Amino acid sequence: MKPTFARRFIAGVLGLVSVVAFTSSAQAAGEAKHPREVNGSWEGPFGRFDRAQLQRGFQIYKEVCSGCHSMNLLHYRNLGDEHGPFYDPKYPNPNDNPVVKAIAANYTVKVIDADGNEVERPALPSDKFVSPFETAAQAKAANGGSMPPDMSALIKARYNGGDYVYSLLTGYDQEPPKGKSIPEGKHYNPYMPGGVIAMGPPMVDDQVTYAETDANKGVKPTVDQMAHDVVAFLSWASEPHQTQRKITGFGVMGFLLILTILLWFSYRQVWRNVEH
Amino acid sequence: MSGPSSYVPKSDLEKWLDTRLPIVRFMNDTMIDFPTPKNLNYWYTFGGILAVCLASQIITGIILAMHYVPHIDMAYNSVERIMRDVNYGWLIRFMHSNGASMFFLAVYIHIFRGLYYGSYKAPREILWGLGVIIFLLMIITAFMGYVLPWGQMSLWGATVITNIVGAVPFIGDSIKTWLLGGFAVDNATLNRFFSLHYLLPFVIAGVVVLHIWALHVPGNNNPTGVEVQDVKKETLPFHPYYTVKDAFAICVFLLIFAGFVFFGPNTLGHPDNYIPANNQVTPAHIVPEWYLLPFYAILRAITFDILIIDAKFGGVIAMGGAILILFALPWLDSSKIKSMRYRPVARMWWFAFVLNFLMLAVCGAMPAEPPWTVISLICTIYYFAYFLVVLPVLGVIEKPQTPPASIADSILQSHKKSAGVSPAAVPAE
Repeated sequence: MKPTFARRFIAGVLGLVSVVAFTSSAQAAGEAKHPREVNGSWEGPFGRFDRAQLQRGFQIYKEVCSGCHSMNLLHYRNLGDEHGPFYDPKYPNPNDNPVVKAIAANYTVKVIDADGNEVERPALPSDKFVSPFETAAQAKAANGGSMPPDMSALIKARYNGGDYVYSLLTGYDQEPPKGKSIPEGKHYNPYMPGGVIAMGPPMVDDQVTYAETDANKGVKPTVDQMAHDVVAFLSWASEPHQTQRKITGFGVMGFLLILTILLWFSYRQVWRNVEH
Repeated sequence: MSGPSSYVPKSDLEKWLDTRLPIVRFMNDTMIDFPTPKNLNYWYTFGGILAVCLASQIITGIILAMHYVPHIDMAYNSVERIMRDVNYGWLIRFMHSNGASMFFLAVYIHIFRGLYYGSYKAPREILWGLGVIIFLLMIITAFMGYVLPWGQMSLWGATVITNIVGAVPFIGDSIKTWLLGGFAVDNATLNRFFSLHYLLPFVIAGVVVLHIWALHVPGNNNPTGVEVQDVKKETLPFHPYYTVKDAFAICVFLLIFAGFVFFGPNTLGHPDNYIPANNQVTPAHIVPEWYLLPFYAILRAITFDILIIDAKFGGVIAMGGAILILFALPWLDSSKIKSMRYRPVARMWWFAFVLNFLMLAVCGAMPAEPPWTVISLICTIYYFAYFLVVLPVLGVIEKPQTPPASIADSILQSHKKSAGVSPAAVPAE
C-alpha cells in the first residue's frame, strides 16, 4: 500500500480516538467539578516519590484518616519495601526494619491462642494494617450510615484519583450554589459526584506536627500541604510497585528499541535484492 | 499454495521419521518454505502479531491462575495480592489485562485489512469464516475474563450482558438462570466464568490452527487481490523473508504494548473495577471494555419495538447479527475484483465504515440518552447497510479500475513509477 493511504487512514483513526478520549473524560467530569491538579512528584514515567513526603503522608493517614478509613490491603512490612516510605537498604527484608517494627508495635491485634482464648498482642510487621472498625456495620453506624471507603486502592479506583482526592480534601471551603440543599449532617463539596459528602472537613491547618528533619525544613502543615502529602502516600499505597514498574519499563523499552532497530536492518539486508 | 513439498530429509533420523510421522516436513512446508507473495505490506504482519498476543495471554493467564482465587469473597483481594505480593505479579497481571486490549487492537486491524483487500473472497471463504469464529470466541473469552477480578464493573458488566439472554422470548429467563447458576451474577457465575475463561483460549488456539491451515491451501491474498500465477517470480519462501519482516513488526507492536504495561497500565481500564464488587451499589455508568463498545452501542441502539419483537430483544438480535453477518460477507460482496485498491468508490465506503465503527465505539461509551441514541441508530443502520446494500450493489454498478495482470506486473509498474521523473508524479492511492 502506498504511504498516502496509510497516512490518511491513521490520521483519521487517531482523530476519532482523540474524540473518544475527550468525550469520555468530559463525561467523567460532567457529574462533579473538574478536580484541581495535584502535580505530584510521582506522576509520569520519570516521576518518583519523595521519601520524606511519603513519611509525612503516612503520618497524616495514621493521625487523621485512620480514625475512620481502613487500608486492608496493606501490611506494616509494606512501609519498609523498596521505594516505600521507610525503606532502609540495610534491611532488604522489611520485616527486620526496626522503624517498621516500631510502627507495627504501636498497634494491637486480636488472635486466638493455643488454648482457644482470644488474646491481644502487639502487631508485627507481617500484620495487616489494623482497621478502625471491626465490621462494615460498625463503620456505617459510627459514620451516619455512610461507609468510609477502604483507602488501599482509592487512588486507582477513581478517575484521576490523585487529583480527585487532593481536590476533595481541600474543597470544603466553597459555598453551595443557591437552591442546593445539603441534608442534615452532610457537607457540601463540589468535587464529590453530586456535591454532597458525608465526611466533614477532615483537616485543619497545623493539625499534625511534622518531624523536625532536614527534609521537612520549611514544610508547614497547612491543609494544602497535608492533602498533598497524604495523596502521595495513598498513590504509593494503591500500587506499591509502581516505581519498580517504571524503572523496569525503561530497561524493557530500551531492549525492545535496540532489538527493533537490529531487526529493521536485518529486514533491509534480507530483502536487499528483492523487487517488491 | 501448498504445492509439492520441497523438503529433503538429510539425516538418517529425519528419513526414519519422515516415513512414520512427517512432522519435520510439515513444519518445513508451513513455516520455512511456504511460498508467500512478494508484495505483502505491513498490514499483513498482524497475523503474526496476533499469534504473539495469543501466546502471551495464555502464558500470563496460566501463571495468574496459579495465584487467583475464584470466589466472590476472595477474588478481588487475590488479584490485589498478585500485584502486591507475588514476585513480578504486577507485571504478569498488567501484561494480561493490557494484552487483552492489544489483542483486540491487532484483531480489528487484521479484520479491517481483510475487508479492504477482499481477503474474504473465493477461495478464502472458509479462512474468513474461521477468523470470524476466532473473533467471536475472543469476545466471549475477554468478557468472562473481565468478570474475574470481581470489581464493580466486573459484576455490573456481567449483570447487564447476561440480562440480554433473558430478552429471548418465552425461554429467556430459564436460560439466563441456567447460565448464571442462580438468579443473579454470584459465586456460581464467577466459578463457571473462570472455568470457561481458562478453557476457551485453547479452543481459540485450535481454531487458529485451522485458520492457518485454511490460509496455507489457497495461500496469502495480497494488496493487488490478484492471485499468484508464477510461484517462482511472485513469491518468496516464508523464512527468512517474512519471518524477519514479521519479527520487526512484532517488535514495534511490543514497544507500544510495553508502553501501556509499564507507563500507563490502567489507562485502558475503568477505575470502578478497582472498587470491590457490591451488589447493593450500581455504578453511575456501566460500560464494557473499550474493545466491546461498538457492539454495546449496537445493542443499545434499538430503542423501539419492531412488530412483535420488543426493543430489548431487538437489540440482542442486532448485536448478534452484527457479528454473524460477517459469516455471509463472502457471498454478499458481488464484486469480481478483490482489492479496494482498484475500487475507488468502494474504498470510500470502506473508509466510512471504519469511521462509522469508531463512532459506534464513542456511542457505546456515552450514556444511553439523546443525541447518542440517535447517532447509535444511524451508525448501526450504516453498519448493516455496508454489508447488505453497499457491497452487493456496488459490485454490479461501480466502474472499477483494471487491476494489474499479475503480481509481477504490479511490482514492475510501481518500480517504473517510483523511478519516474518526479515523486509528485506518483498518483495518490
